[in-house]
Amino acid sequence: MPAKRQLIRDHSAEANLFARRATIAFLIVVAMLGIVLSNLYVLQVKQYDDYQTRSNGNRIKVLPIAPNRGLIYDRNGVLLAENRPVFSLEVIPEQIDNLDETMEALTTLMSITLEEKESFYSTLRGQRRFKPVALRTQLTEEEVALFSAQQHRFPGVSIEARLSRHYPFKDALTHVLGYVAKINKKDLQKLVEAGQEANYAATHDIGKLGIEKYHEDLLHGSVGYQQVEVNNQGRIIRVLSTDPPVPGKDLVLNIDIEMQLAAQKALDGGRGTIVITSTDTGGVLAMYSSPSYDPNLFVHGISRKNYSALLNSPDRPLINRATQGQYPPASTIKPHLALLGLEQDVINIDTTINDTGRYRLPNVSHVWRDWKRWGHGEVNVSKAIEVSCDTFYYDLAYQLGIDKISEAMFEFGFGEFTGIDLYEESDANMPSRGWKRARFNQPWYIGDTIPVGIGQSFWTTTPIQLTHSMNTLVNRGERYVPQLLRGFRYEQGQVELEPLKSLRPLQISEPKNWDIVLDAMHDVVHGEEGTARHAFKDTPYESGGKTGTAQLFSIGQNEKYEEDEVDERLRDNAMYVGFAPFDDPEISITVVIENAGGGSSHAAPVARQMMDFYFRDREFIQPVPALADTPSSGDVSE
Amino acid sequence: MKKNTLKANQSSFLQRIHIDGVLFLGLLALMAVGLITLYSASGQDPGQMERQYTRLGVAIIVMVGMAQIPPMAYRRLSIYAYAVGLLMLIAVLVFGDIGKGAQRWLDLGFIRFQPSELMKLAVPMMVAWYISKFTLPPKMLQIGTGFALVVVPTILIAKQPDLGTSLLIASSGVFAIFLAGMSWKLIGLVAVAIGAFAPIMWFFLMQEYQKQRVTTFLNPESDPLGAGYHIIQSKIAIGSGGVDGKGWLQGTQSQLEFLPERHTDFIFAVFSEEFGLLGVLGLLAIYLFIILRGLIIAARAQDAYSKLLAGSITLTFFVYVFVNMGMVSGLLPVVGVPLPLVSYGGTSMVTLMAGFGILMAIGTQKRFLSR
Repeated sequence: MPAKRQLIRDHSAEANLFARRATIAFLIVVAMLGIVLSNLYVLQVKQYDDYQTRSNGNRIKVLPIAPNRGLIYDRNGVLLAENRPVFSLEVIPEQIDNLDETMEALTTLMSITLEEKESFYSTLRGQRRFKPVALRTQLTEEEVALFSAQQHRFPGVSIEARLSRHYPFKDALTHVLGYVAKINKKDLQKLVEAGQEANYAATHDIGKLGIEKYHEDLLHGSVGYQQVEVNNQGRIIRVLSTDPPVPGKDLVLNIDIEMQLAAQKALDGGRGTIVITSTDTGGVLAMYSSPSYDPNLFVHGISRKNYSALLNSPDRPLINRATQGQYPPASTIKPHLALLGLEQDVINIDTTINDTGRYRLPNVSHVWRDWKRWGHGEVNVSKAIEVSCDTFYYDLAYQLGIDKISEAMFEFGFGEFTGIDLYEESDANMPSRGWKRARFNQPWYIGDTIPVGIGQSFWTTTPIQLTHSMNTLVNRGERYVPQLLRGFRYEQGQVELEPLKSLRPLQISEPKNWDIVLDAMHDVVHGEEGTARHAFKDTPYESGGKTGTAQLFSIGQNEKYEEDEVDERLRDNAMYVGFAPFDDPEISITVVIENAGGGSSHAAPVARQMMDFYFRDREFIQPVPALADTPSSGDVSE
Repeated sequence: MKKNTLKANQSSFLQRIHIDGVLFLGLLALMAVGLITLYSASGQDPGQMERQYTRLGVAIIVMVGMAQIPPMAYRRLSIYAYAVGLLMLIAVLVFGDIGKGAQRWLDLGFIRFQPSELMKLAVPMMVAWYISKFTLPPKMLQIGTGFALVVVPTILIAKQPDLGTSLLIASSGVFAIFLAGMSWKLIGLVAVAIGAFAPIMWFFLMQEYQKQRVTTFLNPESDPLGAGYHIIQSKIAIGSGGVDGKGWLQGTQSQLEFLPERHTDFIFAVFSEEFGLLGVLGLLAIYLFIILRGLIIAARAQDAYSKLLAGSITLTFFVYVFVNMGMVSGLLPVVGVPLPLVSYGGTSMVTLMAGFGILMAIGTQKRFLSR
């Protein structure tokens, strides 16, 4: 029976068969676990370093920390540029149970606009829920107070502070300090080219103009880093280590804010500029260009409307007239030409001419007139400076010739950048034969030379150049680059002075010639016929100076004239250069007032106002205590 | 002397309640490791820990309960369990609830039930019952029928789709046939047949997400933020654990949540990260110990049914271990197989312990018949 036979089993054989199979199965199990184990060995031992690195790459993030921007002080320790907290209302969506309800309550409390809401929600969509989203930036103090009182009602909503640049003196220092604003694409490209982008990784703003731009590298500081552990959402779990940022250096400027404010007041919003420097250091005590504008507008992004108003204003507030304004120097350069004439032995102290008010060249029909129609009569070089005789200088220019004038005036710094620590500087124009050929493809005519004697005929200068050249005169050839930066400020207000920047001195063969020229400038102010004698009547100090009246020029070459403004814009520029005290000069001053009229009647009184301010209200300029006396040349104590 | 008596008393108590002390010790060790790891993997979540304690408790009770039933009763039950399981699998495909994109649950009104869990035990019982009706080694016809008994539920479960479970069920049946003494020649043939079946699976049976898992497995770096993310993060966790691990609760991949599914299917990565290769060696030793004990119980069993069933349950337990560790460490594609008795999760744990209960019943309830 086959069915029965199947029931007869060989249990022992079956048990042996099973035991064999079970043993084989166990060996397979061991072998397969061996495979698993060898794979784990590869991962955990052979490739350990690689996976260790990737694990750390997962969890460790390096966050840059922005350094605090250096502050800017005036020479007496008055804060000119500061970092102020600006407050913004921020919402952390994750911490809010009912966002719509919260938003509604906030809208009622803070009068949130529809635009603010829209921008909030669009930012919200693109962000992790634990990251704060700003609902309103730049809260006013009232808004901060309003919210703070109700804060308990809004868990997950808070007021956050960020440091932002602020210029407390507003438009008084715009052309000196410049401003910072948000780093844009172009800035970023420059930073990349300079290999600085890592240093700016956390930085919001960058210097765009003035000192803020010129000394950006000093003011910025170095970025810091924080190593943090993050989870898979990018949320910071803990800080592993911190490498703190190095704050930017605090700068001290040569500017004296009181003088600066006085200059602003003196110009009273009209078009013009005042530059005041320390004669023995080149330090700029005041530099005001009028009209000006509030730099704080730019820090948080200026509105299109405001910017367009500044850009299109016929008064051109955006340019720094002190360093970018190109004015014919007019009679203010007569002392320089006099010195050249004396040095070249073209004239001496006894050389005189008889000024009839008209100057002609042989065989030329053109007549050059003196500003005084009937002339000054018999004048020598000194008198010609005192009364600002034009005819004497027509003749002097004629005798010197353009080549000698150009060469010598270049030595005084005309037609060249002074090197002041601002990028906004023009080199203006010192005309020469070569220049005229290149510019107009025309030869230099003798008739071009004559008006050069009175600082006209293609000759333009910036007020800072005038100041610079006058300092050279006053210092008898010693030359210092005009500088805004005085030094660096450390704790407790100690200041480390920057070394003075001196240039190769101007050397002349007969030192007595300095005295002839400077004495003549003294007579401009104190002489019986001095052109500035009215303006400087009865000053308690003695000073030297020179008036200038430039005809028919305006600062820009592309300026469009409004028909009804033409008259005003064609009026003379009033100019004055001066220094004081006469015996031991401390300060030099340049005043340019556009389209105001004559220099003696409109610029000289402003210069006197400034000198009076300097001497009356502050007998001495108090230097800030120095940390280290580092100047390489000259004497820094004033 | 005293010690021996105590031991004898103890074992006699365990014997009375039909518990295999050695096997139970291995399981408890494993559960302890599991709880320690879960505490870390869950982010010290007391809620999850509590639920896991409850499950373990239930699972142990189920195991003890299952151990009381005589092996002969299991033998008689085999065909009914299999028939009911098969019907329910069909019912799931027709009426089943959809959870996580797969139909696995059957809602019986008072309880939601996963029929595939029943089949994990019913299939080896059925195959063992069928093969053991005949003398061993099985003949060609019996092997063919045996495979048919395995393939039908496997395909039904694969269609749910639940690749992991179907793989476990297929192996449980195949192990029973293998242990019964299927000739090596045939094994070779079957291996070739499976090789031929693979492309058919790929083109006709596998769902898109399953195919994606396989392609991702072959090259996880091709999609590091998408499908490959699991495997990459898991390998980083394991690899960065090194020889001695980062320490308990110190695994950055798991604690900072870079590792997905860290308390369920990928808990082995958490363990490897925190305890390193040395810890893994210890864990493997525990698993090997349990498997060895299971196979010894199987070899000592008195009848063919018990032998085949006990062997099959033990080897299937190994498949869990191998597939889970293989997928977590990047050796195998990601199929949803938990690390047995360590991963968080209920159903599979209860089924596993029920299987060990059967194993204990076989190991402790002898009929004292002549061999």
